[in-house]
Amino acid sequence: MTAFLRQYGASIATLTMEHLWLTGAAMLFATCIAVPAGILLTRSQRLAKPVMAVVNVLQTIPSLAMFGFLLPLPWIGDRAARIAIMALIAYALLPILRNTYAGIREIDRSVIEVSRAIGLTDMQRLIKIELPLAAPFILAGLRTATVTCIGVATIAAAVGAGGLGELIFRGVASVDSRLVLAGAVPAAALALLADGALGLLERRLKPPAAEGTGL
Amino acid sequence: MSAAIELKGLCVATRDHRLLLDDISLALERGTTTAILGRSGSGKTTLLRAVNRTVEPTGGEVLVNGADVRNLDPIGLRRGMGYVIQEAGLFPHFTVVRNVAIVLEAMGRPLQEREMRSTELLASVGLDPTIFARRYPHQLSGGQRQRVSVARALAADPGILLMDEPFGALDPLTRAEMQDMQRTLLARLGKTVLLVTHDLDEALYLADRIVLISEGKLIADLAPDAFMRSAQPDVEAYVRAYRRGESRTSKLAASREAQG
Repeated sequence: MTAFLRQYGASIATLTMEHLWLTGAAMLFATCIAVPAGILLTRSQRLAKPVMAVVNVLQTIPSLAMFGFLLPLPWIGDRAARIAIMALIAYALLPILRNTYAGIREIDRSVIEVSRAIGLTDMQRLIKIELPLAAPFILAGLRTATVTCIGVATIAAAVGAGGLGELIFRGVASVDSRLVLAGAVPAAALALLADGALGLLERRLKPPAAEGTGL
Repeated sequence: MSAAIELKGLCVATRDHRLLLDDISLALERGTTTAILGRSGSGKTTLLRAVNRTVEPTGGEVLVNGADVRNLDPIGLRRGMGYVIQEAGLFPHFTVVRNVAIVLEAMGRPLQEREMRSTELLASVGLDPTIFARRYPHQLSGGQRQRVSVARALAADPGILLMDEPFGALDPLTRAEMQDMQRTLLARLGKTVLLVTHDLDEALYLADRIVLISEGKLIADLAPDAFMRSAQPDVEAYVRAYRRGESRTSKLAASREAQG
């Protein structure tokens, strides 16, 4: 065990960082796309259904196939990391988009009506009322997306993008279960950690009313 | 003298051309309370929303202080009118003080001014600021929430108050307390109030004029005493429904007396 760690410790650490980088970059882009898009969909209901359908289809593409589809594309296909990040973005979009949309739509109608009637501008309504009230939903979406991404990112090694998947693929090829575990355990730990941390944040952002009454 | 709010042949139609309001003309004198009475779905709320331009008229005009609302910036227009609805519509993630001062916050007033104004208003609607200021809406009773809602409507000192079934969801005793508060406040502040209600008792107690609407049409526009004496069938029906309990108990009393 110690000998194994001495031999692979450094590469586990590097690959974990790579894994984090791929996931982090993808989540950043996906959030920047999906949150504004989700807000936009609440403003134009007619777009909501078709957009949601397209994003839903993206989600159903098997991950290995997704990497395959992206490979021949110009610019994206040039670098393994680009392919990996694009694929991860595609998977992260749906949970974030859906939760942003639902989170804003779920807000009590009287609250929205009042915020218009008392003269908040559209931007003020968004910033002061809608986003804070939808924040726990949006965060729940981010959480699902992050956990999915950390899992799917293990397959990025198939196109040579690195990450913990590399250890898993090597382990499978050389029938070395220790190597498979060396990739799988840190990946699982990352997922659990991200889930826990975002869950904590989600609870902190819950509006006071949702925490039950008690004077 | 120009009226505070004037409706001239106001029509509002849905997209499929169903008329929600049909040729309503009405003038609200400054400093008076006008009750809009009618069944659910008669167009009362639509009328209220046409005044603050959250609903756009499809015909006719809405004049506020003599100016056509279509020529006014809707945001400024709405900030000049207090707004109270049935379930209070408080922002659940804001404390009571922040809820009260939200219009001032939207107008970019400094925090200190907002807190001061908010505290002062809470006291004037009968809520002790030292107890209630930092609470959240879910920590209040229905009546207290409605008081906060009234305080919020008064925050920017608007000349006009729009109230949509403000006390409809409260129990009768709390409702009576709120109506008393409303009367005292309004007597002092001299606001022009447009009060939507289906409760004739509330209309009689608070309003200087009662307007009856049915299926989007204006049926009657009368002073409270004239309303109670009116021979118009729709008005009579409303008054009869209101007096049902009273007439039954008086009949019961009469028959008991007859039995000796």
